[in-house]
Amino acid sequence: MLKNNSSSIEMSQNNKNINWKNTLFVIFDKGSTTIGLALLFIIMSIITTDFLTVDNLVNVMRQSSVLCIMAVAMTFIIITGGIDLSAGSQLAVSGVAVSGLIVAGVPIPLAILLTIIIGGLIGLFMGTVISTQNIPPFIVTLAMLTILSGIAFVYTEGTPIVVSDAVFREIGRGFIGPIPTAIVIMIIVAIIGHLLLSHTRFGRYVYTIGDNEEAARLCGINVKLVKTSVYAFGGAIMAIAGIVLASRLSSGSPNAGTGSELDAIAAVVLGGTNLFGGEGKISGTLMGVAIISILNNGLNLLNVSSYNQLMIKGVVILLAVWLNSIKARRKASV
Amino acid sequence: MNSPIIELKHITKSFSGVKALTDVSLTVHPGSVHALVGENGAGKSTLMKILTGAYSKSSGEIFYKGEKVENMDPKTSKKLGIHCIYQELNVANYLTVAENVFLGSQPVNKLGLIDWKQMNQTAKEIFASLQINLDPKQMAKDISIAQKQMIEIARAISQDAKILIMDEPTSSLSERETEILLSLVTELKNKGVSILYISHRMDEIFKVCDTVTVLRDGKYIKSLPMSEVKDVDSLVELMVNRKMESYFNKIEVPIGETILDVQNLSKTGVLNNINFNLRSGEILGIAGLVGSGRTEIAQALFGMLKKDAGEILIDNKKVEIKGPSDAIKLGIGFVTENRKETGLVLKQTVRDNISLPNLRKYTTNLFINKKAEKKESEDYKKKLNIKTRSIEQTISTLSGGNQQKAIISRWMIQEPRILILDEPCRGVDVGAKAEIFAQISKLAEQGVGIIMISSEIAEIVGMSDRTIVMREGTLAGELEKDMITSDNILKLAFGGGISA
Repeated sequence: MLKNNSSSIEMSQNNKNINWKNTLFVIFDKGSTTIGLALLFIIMSIITTDFLTVDNLVNVMRQSSVLCIMAVAMTFIIITGGIDLSAGSQLAVSGVAVSGLIVAGVPIPLAILLTIIIGGLIGLFMGTVISTQNIPPFIVTLAMLTILSGIAFVYTEGTPIVVSDAVFREIGRGFIGPIPTAIVIMIIVAIIGHLLLSHTRFGRYVYTIGDNEEAARLCGINVKLVKTSVYAFGGAIMAIAGIVLASRLSSGSPNAGTGSELDAIAAVVLGGTNLFGGEGKISGTLMGVAIISILNNGLNLLNVSSYNQLMIKGVVILLAVWLNSIKARRKASV
Repeated sequence: MNSPIIELKHITKSFSGVKALTDVSLTVHPGSVHALVGENGAGKSTLMKILTGAYSKSSGEIFYKGEKVENMDPKTSKKLGIHCIYQELNVANYLTVAENVFLGSQPVNKLGLIDWKQMNQTAKEIFASLQINLDPKQMAKDISIAQKQMIEIARAISQDAKILIMDEPTSSLSERETEILLSLVTELKNKGVSILYISHRMDEIFKVCDTVTVLRDGKYIKSLPMSEVKDVDSLVELMVNRKMESYFNKIEVPIGETILDVQNLSKTGVLNNINFNLRSGEILGIAGLVGSGRTEIAQALFGMLKKDAGEILIDNKKVEIKGPSDAIKLGIGFVTENRKETGLVLKQTVRDNISLPNLRKYTTNLFINKKAEKKESEDYKKKLNIKTRSIEQTISTLSGGNQQKAIISRWMIQEPRILILDEPCRGVDVGAKAEIFAQISKLAEQGVGIIMISSEIAEIVGMSDRTIVMREGTLAGELEKDMITSDNILKLAFGGGISA
């Protein structure tokens, strides 16, 4: 009797141990990005005096708006199992385009609309090549990275097109009520992205194609159309990011946005999106963007030199992706 | 009898508190073929993984030739000569057959470069000793699945395997290839190799195995010599612990009008002038060897294979099917033979997988009505008895049978007029099989025309109202009712005459 008792106590303790461990893993599984973001936030608040101020936080968000808009588009593309290496050049092209149009006297709303259409067409072209010619997205967008960059340089002859229009500047620097316009645009893009991805057929098809293209096709989904649409949609969104950036800089520069595609990809991956497709969420991407932006801002506040910042950012990305892969392995072994 | 080569005693394995195996014992003698049977999820794979060192046991003992093995890790297991041939074959397509045999242990010359001559020679010798007819210099991508399997077997032999575990080795082989594999198993046995044979196919087990061990729900049920097993039914009873009246719940239903008429369907090198029709409420079996054009007929009907000539008529009207979406619009559903490759969206939930082709139905304006979607998925989960904790569970965690039920639900929601099922019960456990066949019968009862392709002749005989048999791309014959017998089907498939 006594023996039985003690062994049952032992058992229940064992169970408790297991439960405790499991809970910890579940939290880790579900929220490693959230935890990372929270830790980063707390650490920055403690070690710098200026981080945790309303002004600074609004500033962080405003600075992150361009990256965030790009990352939303990139999330769609990566979930289909693709990638867009030309995003940075698309930023440059759309910045140059909108500035050029405004300088040429096109009314601002029309200039913006035309630029978004140009962005959409660039995406449409890439999407068509990728989905109908079966060339890997990596190659197509890598080629477009240089082509688009070349176009931006040729069009501007290497010098930024300065826009002195005060109204245009409002997009990147102005406010709607107390909130910076750029943040409002970013939020709208994120909401549209989320609704499309999680609440429409289109979004569900995006996931399906990223996971099993053949199964998608056999379920009657027009895989080519969906893929092409994703790049076209992505192109239009990248153009919006380019417009916001041009407005903030008051100019369209062929150098603007260089390398930013890598930040966008990093943000998406940090947010838990599977780089091989089929999995991911806009909410995750937003957190990924927040991590990169807070890291940038915090390191600036700490007066870390920009070269060291590069290294630290890289290490953080590697760490986060490593954690994600542990998660994936754990899932696979269960 | 000779002393056992390996003994597992009272093995228990639990995963975070959940017991996958409870007190399982297994004794294997050298030069014997030992069958391991049980429904999916009975613990066969777990037990094998303990033997190969992929999992470590929670308790129990392992003995090798009477000596206790303290720590069975993958290295030790290999050293003891334990090899496993998994269902997913481990063959590099762009290497030659010989290279694949010696993968990771290619013979090298003095300079440390691969000694091709010796490698090809040794491979040839191994093939000869096993009576395998395979050219060592061929690229692996150009050979059949059955031949790839032989590469793996040869690889195990080249590494001096003592115990060979074969996990569902015939699941993707044709009847004839199966025969070859089974004779290879006997060949290996005569060489003194012990074989642990996992299979859902009862006839094979009766053909080649000496002993059988039955597992059920992770528990050891019984080990007995095959000579003491009366028949298939008595073995199945041990596995499922309930009397199986019949796998097949075939209901005779009145057969209606012709809904599908295929005329002179041809595709160069694949299909040659195929004619058949399908009536509503009818189950049409398509039998034949793998590669005889069975699947290609289905693919042509579903718009996946472009036909060179011929007509497809639905309700006596000529139709053009250019792609799967056209086929779906015409009321055709298709459950493919490779669940994982072409059916499932593995990272997604059971619900996602059920609703995938039906999302349009739940969409109002732009947005998906998730409530309606959930409700219907939930309904089908109950209707088909899909065993899952919740429909929000990732589908990859379900057993093969339950995954298949989800895919069938997917097409049932479409309310198809014609449902094509290609190997509907491949890799599905006995219990789920019966449930799937019951559903197929029910659909026929509702007037759906069913085309069922299967390599398991018993399934064709048990289920179909009419059977067509394919041979090398041509329709070898059509069998009605009482003429549908294993004998007749086999004769047609291999090119003989039929007898009443």
